[in-house]
Amino acid sequence: MNGYQFSFASTHFTALGSGALYWAAQSLLCVSDLHLGKSERIARRGGATLPPYETRDTLTRLAADIALTEPDIVVCLGDSFDDLNAALALPEAERSWLARLQAGRRWIWIEGNHDPGPVELGGTHLRELNLAPLTFRHIAQKNARAEISGHYHPKASVQLGGRRISRPAFLVDSDRMIMPAYGTYTGGLCSTSPVLEALMLPATCAILTGATPIAIPLFRKVSS
Amino acid sequence: MRALPPKFNNWFATKGWSIHPHQQAMLDRADAPALLLIAPTGGGKTLSGFLPTLLDLAEGGHEGMHTLYISPLKALAADIKRNLTTPVKEMHLPITIDERTGDTPQSRRKRQRADPPNIFLTTPESLALLVSYPDAAHMFKNLKRVVIDEIHALAESKRGDQMMLALARLQTLCPALKRVGLSATVEDPAAIAHYMARHPDPCEVLLADPGPAPDISMLTTTEAPPWSGGGAAYAIPAVLDQIRQHKTTLIFHNTRAQAEIFFHNLWLANDDHLPIGIHHGSLDRTQRERVEAAMVRGDLRAIVCTGSLDLGIDWGDVDLVIQIGAPKNVKRLVQRIGRANHRYNAPSKALLVPANRFEVVECVAALEAVLEGALDGEPRGPGPRDVLCQHILIAAAAGPFDADALYREVTSAGAYAALSRPDFDACLDFAATGGYALRAYDRWQRLLQRPDGLWQLRDPRAAQRIRMNIGTIQDTDTLKVRMRRNRGGKPLGEIEEGFAASLTPGDTFLIGGQIVKYEGLREMTVEVSRDSAKKPKIATFMGTKFATSTQLSARVQQMFTAPSWPELPDHTAQWLHLQREVSELPQPGRLLIESFPHDGRAQTVIYGFAGRNGMQTLGLLLTKRMEELGLHPLGFVSTDYATLIWGLDPITDPAPLFDLGALQDGLDTWLAGNAVMKRTFRASATIAGLIERNTPSARKSGRQATFSSDILYDTLLRYDPDHLMLEITREEALRGLVDFGRIEEMITRIDGRIDHRVLPRVTPLAAPLFLEMGRVPVKGQAEERLLAEEAARLMEASGLAQITPPPSDKPHWRAKP
Repeated sequence: MNGYQFSFASTHFTALGSGALYWAAQSLLCVSDLHLGKSERIARRGGATLPPYETRDTLTRLAADIALTEPDIVVCLGDSFDDLNAALALPEAERSWLARLQAGRRWIWIEGNHDPGPVELGGTHLRELNLAPLTFRHIAQKNARAEISGHYHPKASVQLGGRRISRPAFLVDSDRMIMPAYGTYTGGLCSTSPVLEALMLPATCAILTGATPIAIPLFRKVSS
Repeated sequence: MRALPPKFNNWFATKGWSIHPHQQAMLDRADAPALLLIAPTGGGKTLSGFLPTLLDLAEGGHEGMHTLYISPLKALAADIKRNLTTPVKEMHLPITIDERTGDTPQSRRKRQRADPPNIFLTTPESLALLVSYPDAAHMFKNLKRVVIDEIHALAESKRGDQMMLALARLQTLCPALKRVGLSATVEDPAAIAHYMARHPDPCEVLLADPGPAPDISMLTTTEAPPWSGGGAAYAIPAVLDQIRQHKTTLIFHNTRAQAEIFFHNLWLANDDHLPIGIHHGSLDRTQRERVEAAMVRGDLRAIVCTGSLDLGIDWGDVDLVIQIGAPKNVKRLVQRIGRANHRYNAPSKALLVPANRFEVVECVAALEAVLEGALDGEPRGPGPRDVLCQHILIAAAAGPFDADALYREVTSAGAYAALSRPDFDACLDFAATGGYALRAYDRWQRLLQRPDGLWQLRDPRAAQRIRMNIGTIQDTDTLKVRMRRNRGGKPLGEIEEGFAASLTPGDTFLIGGQIVKYEGLREMTVEVSRDSAKKPKIATFMGTKFATSTQLSARVQQMFTAPSWPELPDHTAQWLHLQREVSELPQPGRLLIESFPHDGRAQTVIYGFAGRNGMQTLGLLLTKRMEELGLHPLGFVSTDYATLIWGLDPITDPAPLFDLGALQDGLDTWLAGNAVMKRTFRASATIAGLIERNTPSARKSGRQATFSSDILYDTLLRYDPDHLMLEITREEALRGLVDFGRIEEMITRIDGRIDHRVLPRVTPLAAPLFLEMGRVPVKGQAEERLLAEEAARLMEASGLAQITPPPSDKPHWRAKP
């Protein structure tokens, strides 16, 4: 499996290059911020008619990760739909595709700020999920420990001899992990933004997604 | 011949003026449906455009708007208002004049729509906005004439295309509308006439006396220009000398960053405390206005400026124009010199200051071209369809429309005269549904066809969003810069978001001629404080980078064939001789390629002379090909003459890389993934309305809500490769940033005659390339390799590799093999 192995909260994880997180011991695959139906929502509100292929693209990648890891549990860590109407408006082909992915495994929708209620699709709807020692929730809470969340769409960049490479990233410190957004139509928030710097401890690693996921220290000023 | 009424005759007499022949000719042809005047500045060109209007309105009795004046610059509209107000006041004419630009306050805009002035002065963008209101017919009722100033400048850009579409709309509202175009000297007046007239109306071209030839030369300095860069700091003492010897000097630069640096250096050396100002488009409006006012009062001895002062603004008594940096294009040089000098019948005086050694050669070539009167220009293709898509949305914002009528109207604009109905319909479908192969938006179409056949907005609120996104000017995302103070310090101007992101607190940069220190970012505003440092980090304003024209490039290559160069200064001639000694000079009809090691990388220079954009594309195509061949290219940088590629492995046989057939065959697939296409897509998709730069709720929260246009591009390419937007992007890229035509021209020109020199070190001609800005990285295998190395180094250096994520049991910071 092409992933980055690491420990968090005494637990062994694999960060996949796609932005998904795999927990082998639980056979659990977690993805965050799918934002399915984003283009539909924008058009509905009188905005531009964006290429309506992002749900298809996101599900294609999710299906590939599921085929790769064959998980017993899939956790969608909130903002799975761009809003609840977008979940309702999901085309039939994409609904049945989701149903096929759900077959034979536990599927958990964690609620997010974009999708705060249950959706008419298979799976369990939860505010948060506790699987000792970890807590999965959409938005990071202050003073939480062993917490895995999404919401902020973190990105991190590294300076490489005059060029800057910026990619969606997992942010990991001793207390929490913030996952990158998995959905195709999602942007990123720079890891150096005040809100992320306030959340994360000085000794934080960013695991950059991409062909080969790779870890970098986030706040350079801090050393041993 | 139509005689001037006594009132006007007397007024001319009190000024000691007599009517110019071309003014009379314009007056005599006032009833022509379209008329193009080509005249030098200072020849009373604007008055020629307005004289028939003033005569008409002097008789009184006209209700509402009579004449619409459109100029490419806001400053020009303000200037014309001032100039027109004088005769109107002095002759006591019953004429109201008002302007409207992006800077006009809301209250005055409302008044203008309810009670339009007789003479209305505006810009293409403001006109497009006005046309988008349902009450446009009321505002433009009784409109008789439209005067388009500096039409040669507008005709070169999408701003002009948008303006001509808006005029087509006005012509429907006011069928008797007469069009007048005012232009500087151009190489092909007939093309502009076709562009501005309602198709197929005829358009007569009037040529005014061009005046005496300009007195233009290269500034000679005791110090040699540097090898690279655009600062021309070496010329500061000589330029100061010139300022002292003249009343008012305009110092033109090709980019804003260069203007800032030059102004800074000029100021440091200005021991006589000569009053010198700076003016460019990134400065805050109040700062610009202050400089403009001082200029008009004659308080300034010199102004350091960019293209924002390029056009025919009346700057009073300018007696010298200095061009810093090679002019890139002979026509623009001639226009720039001609326009700044407002004394009719006196030769314009101008000096060229090459910024670096190569530009010395280019300046000499340009001087020869000016003397021969050889203007350059590339014909512009048909009207771009991204602008058409926006126009369709504008039409919908104004009210329900009939597709047949809109098609007729659009094809009455010269640039769109050849637009086919299917091409129009594709744009309409795009505006209505997005035009996707997957019909996803049946419920949420932007435009709906009603039972009566007319098209209208589905959601009336969309009109506001459309209006917020009108325009074709693609400025990069910029952030305002302010002095840090308790609440809202003095605004200084704008810098690019990318540049702002690279700043860390304490960094210094130049803006408006002063050095400031970056303090922090607050609510999308860059806060700075004054700093007394001598050496700033430089603001990387985009500025416009023009490509050197084909004609000028050919002249330079021709110069390289000479056995010696008595016309060049010694330092430059010696440089060329040295190049000839260690390698050779690029010859016409051949392609010189040099390969040598430097900085631990394999370097290759291709002297293609295809202009900046063409050379950029060549860099993209060649590095892609090298990537496929496993040569690990890391990046490239292009100038107008050459492309430098560096990588991990050397090129041993370049010939297979230059097979035109292979380049062409691969162009589409190669183009698809490259950065230039993505940049072009971003511009076109924004104009066409697919990407909304401004939304009612934009920029309130963090930026994670927006996502990169690259994602849209990649998604379209993957799932809908035949989509209209991709078609438009290809069209635009090929004639714009990609400039593949010039690569084809180059490859045909060299016809396989490639001279590959493998050398032990950097050559004299190649050396300046290493100092060029704008290096383009290649995102390939080499990047993954370097990234892995760098990440390992960082983890090690930071100590995190040892501690790993606490409180884990065992560190696992290595990817599984």
